[in-house]
Amino acid sequence: MQAKRVTFPGKITPYLLLLPQVAVTLVFFVWPAGEALVSSLFAQDAFGLGSTFVGLANFAALLRDPAYLEAVGVSFLFAFCVTVLAMGLGLLFAAAADALGKAAGLYQVLLVWPYAVAPAVAGVLWLFMFDPSVGMIARALRTMGLSWNHMLDGGQALTLVILAAAWKQVSYNFLFFYAGLRAIPQGALEAAALDGAGPFQRFRHIVLPLLAPTTFFLLVVNLTYAFFDTFGIIHATTGGGPGRATTILVYKVFRDGFEGLDLGGSSAQSVVLLVIVVALTALQFRHIEHKVSY
Amino acid sequence: MAGTSRLSLLFAHLVLIAGAAVMMLPLYVAFVASTYAGADFLSGRVGLLPGPHLVENYRLALTTGSSTAGIPPVGPMLWNSLVVAVVIAAGKISISILSAFAICYFRFPLRVPAFWLIFMTLMLPVEVRILPTFEVAARLDLLNSYAGLTVPLIASATATFLFRQVFMTIPDELTEAAIIDGAGPLRFFWSILLPLSRTNIAALFVILFLYGWNQYLWPLLVTTDASYFTVVMGIRRLVGAAAEADPVWHLVMATAILALVPPVLVIAALQRLFVRGLTETEK
Amino acid sequence: MVHSSRRGVLTALVVSAFAATLAQPAAAQSQTPTQIQWWHAMAGPLGEKLEKLAADFNATQGEYKIVPVFKGTYPEAMTGAIAAFRAKQHPAIVQVFEVGTATMMSAKGAIYPTYKLMADAGEPFDPKAYLPAVTGYYTDTGGNMLSFPFNSSTPILYVNKDLFRKAGLDPETPPKTWPEVEAAALKVQAAGVPCGFTTQWPSWVNVENLSAWHNVPVGTLENGLGGTATRLTIANPLTQKHWEALARWQKTKIYDYGGRQSKADPKFFSGECAMSIGSSAARAGILANSKFELGYGMMPYWPDVQGAPQNAIIGGATLWVLTGRPAEEYKGVAKFFGYLSRPEVQAWWHQNTGYLPITQAAYDLSRAQGFYEKNPGTDVSIRQMTLKAPTANSKGLRFGNFLQIRDVIEEELEATLAGQKTPQAALAAAEARGNEQLRAFEKANP
Repeated sequence: MQAKRVTFPGKITPYLLLLPQVAVTLVFFVWPAGEALVSSLFAQDAFGLGSTFVGLANFAALLRDPAYLEAVGVSFLFAFCVTVLAMGLGLLFAAAADALGKAAGLYQVLLVWPYAVAPAVAGVLWLFMFDPSVGMIARALRTMGLSWNHMLDGGQALTLVILAAAWKQVSYNFLFFYAGLRAIPQGALEAAALDGAGPFQRFRHIVLPLLAPTTFFLLVVNLTYAFFDTFGIIHATTGGGPGRATTILVYKVFRDGFEGLDLGGSSAQSVVLLVIVVALTALQFRHIEHKVSY
Repeated sequence: MAGTSRLSLLFAHLVLIAGAAVMMLPLYVAFVASTYAGADFLSGRVGLLPGPHLVENYRLALTTGSSTAGIPPVGPMLWNSLVVAVVIAAGKISISILSAFAICYFRFPLRVPAFWLIFMTLMLPVEVRILPTFEVAARLDLLNSYAGLTVPLIASATATFLFRQVFMTIPDELTEAAIIDGAGPLRFFWSILLPLSRTNIAALFVILFLYGWNQYLWPLLVTTDASYFTVVMGIRRLVGAAAEADPVWHLVMATAILALVPPVLVIAALQRLFVRGLTETEK
Repeated sequence: MVHSSRRGVLTALVVSAFAATLAQPAAAQSQTPTQIQWWHAMAGPLGEKLEKLAADFNATQGEYKIVPVFKGTYPEAMTGAIAAFRAKQHPAIVQVFEVGTATMMSAKGAIYPTYKLMADAGEPFDPKAYLPAVTGYYTDTGGNMLSFPFNSSTPILYVNKDLFRKAGLDPETPPKTWPEVEAAALKVQAAGVPCGFTTQWPSWVNVENLSAWHNVPVGTLENGLGGTATRLTIANPLTQKHWEALARWQKTKIYDYGGRQSKADPKFFSGECAMSIGSSAARAGILANSKFELGYGMMPYWPDVQGAPQNAIIGGATLWVLTGRPAEEYKGVAKFFGYLSRPEVQAWWHQNTGYLPITQAAYDLSRAQGFYEKNPGTDVSIRQMTLKAPTANSKGLRFGNFLQIRDVIEEELEATLAGQKTPQAALAAAEARGNEQLRAFEKANP
């Protein structure tokens, strides 16, 4: 964390410059996070008219609650499928675009635009295609003899939100993989080709190792996305159902807090999520450290 | 790539054409759906080609909305989304560039703790601390206001990091020259740092504009007054109505298209800036 | 450092436009008349009619203006109002569905009881004018009405008469028992209709009303009306038998599950299902969104259950008044409730929505106007409610955290229909998890 070699003198100025950001951070990040910590130790009635200190009872109740453990499982399954699908397709498209060289320009626009679509809107677009009564894909599946009803079939509902979440994230992975592939020195590939290595071997022994840092970075980003940024997709489409098939952790926090009115339980879940974010951030830390100590 | 044959080029084209088609499919289906009348959906008349009600549906969505489903017209919601997106982007950039300047160009006690405090915001996505943040906003009387829609979202560690990186690459000779000329820190910031960071600011603005435009949960919570609804949260109301009492899928899809066209246009028009912003912030 | 260029001017203009936008006051309050927020959950055609009620009341006087605000689904409206109450940003009136009753009743400091509101404002208010089947749900042990019964409904059977004709069934005699429903479903399926019947509000129809209709308790202590120490008793032979039938029928689409709340509606609108069991208030939406001739029947019953059918219980919602608003708003609320109680207003609401007439006077007026003769079947809901004198099992329900309990029941029903659990295991799980919710509520509301 070094500063520039040449700096300005100033006692008050730097504090004034920092003030806006520090103020917003304290008021809207640190204070609420502190509140979440505190209210995770209390049981409160819905209207906030009274509260009792219960220590770690909220956390104990969480770990005993099969619904919570199920949400943990659903979250990991969901995050895993979204990550694999979005990264796989992103890499495939990037490799194809890289092979085309200059001709890849138009494709890039066609592949990148979904990044701009809000998760909630992405969810709605896919929900419509799969609507059991009016959806185009649902109808097509019915003519093939596959009955689609995500109101009842948990697996189908999960498939729907995974598709919507992955569809939106492919663009991001494509861009980074594409940049990563462009950065691979041509000389190494040409030399390998002269040595008689086929395209697959070249990919396996030269391209993949060089793409590893990008892949790792994307892995963390995609997991973070699937865990935290997909709330809108779930909320606007399945509402966590049927049963609890699409209730991921971040949706459960919202639902237990705002709909179940269980403030203590919801805050306890927030604290658990904070721990998950810290872990994911720690994973990215090397990358950040690199930035910090430039 | 070296050693590419005709066949593999063809194959690459095919992969990309298929990929582009899959990516475009939901958009096309939504567009087609937005050109039919509401009754056409249940009777199965909606096909693969656009229908006759395009102008009418979009006019309806923009001006009257579906008032019975509690949906205000989309026009004002688009304006709200624009205000929110621009204020969030501008706000994030302003406060981040100032704090990055302080951290790079000054030595003062608490410099490192301040940096870590800003860094902490990375770890607290709004979804995680949603209830207490809502209560804080309520206590500060920010519900149903543009300030409430934007201010809680403008702290950004990533933007601060980015500007810090940019400043670290700026040669110290420039600073020395400025000091010899008798320029104060603010003068230096204004006439040297800002112009040098212009491209970064523009690239970042694109990314943050998208971030602001696409906010969903926060506007859903802090607005109860329809005149502050943003278009992305308005969609949710319409879907609720479409799936239940009132099958207004044509309006839902028209609204969805209206909600996604502005950010998509931003990406398409400013593609280079967008890619640069994305790869630089890496978040 | 000022250098004015055209771009500078433009930037300044844009910035000042935004600044002006941001500087707008958070809510432009006009001084007169007094605005009273009414949060509700009525979408579609019902929402239109609700807005008309507010507009008509506003037109009758100039002092108060009722402002209806649509807040999404019933659960969203209720929880949104509670969250807003915690933040002191709540409306004066909120429409809360019947499952929220226990939660609202226990929030003593947050609720302004209707009987007290009317007395304080000096508005005439006679609880005896209301149908007992409705008010029993919303009165305290002293017989005081705590909320204003606005829209009460009961589940009835809807029949697509066109499809019945097509299948060679008599459209004028809807099936009465579950075996008859099954037989009719098989007939319409043979005629090419994909699905026999669907249901709205799965727990309300397939547990709560099923139990009352067959005189079986949902929980101890008179279904919770007798106190918070109640326990669920839903894992009983009747419910199990019913769920077994549903799971069997789901396999061949004799029954096709369409989702929670009223998400199953499009299946009936579109003619995908020939019958639907749903709220009597679904009528307005069905008539607005479908083109077939609509028939009505009572809820089906299992003929081998002694004494069935008994009587139906209500759903729908009441209007709760929240404390902590300026005093003059409450005067307006009392006036508005007085307006809503007028027989002609009540009768109009009942006839146009399918909700029950909540006063005897409104029912008598509708009869005198010949409404039921002109619209055969529209009184099914009333006949169902008043079929027999209510027993301890069929007066109504009052369970704490019932919103969450309903979620639990519906989760377990979905698992049963999807073939992941046997009805027996699902009901046992629903009962156990529901009882946990009841204990938590008991602890939080001693």
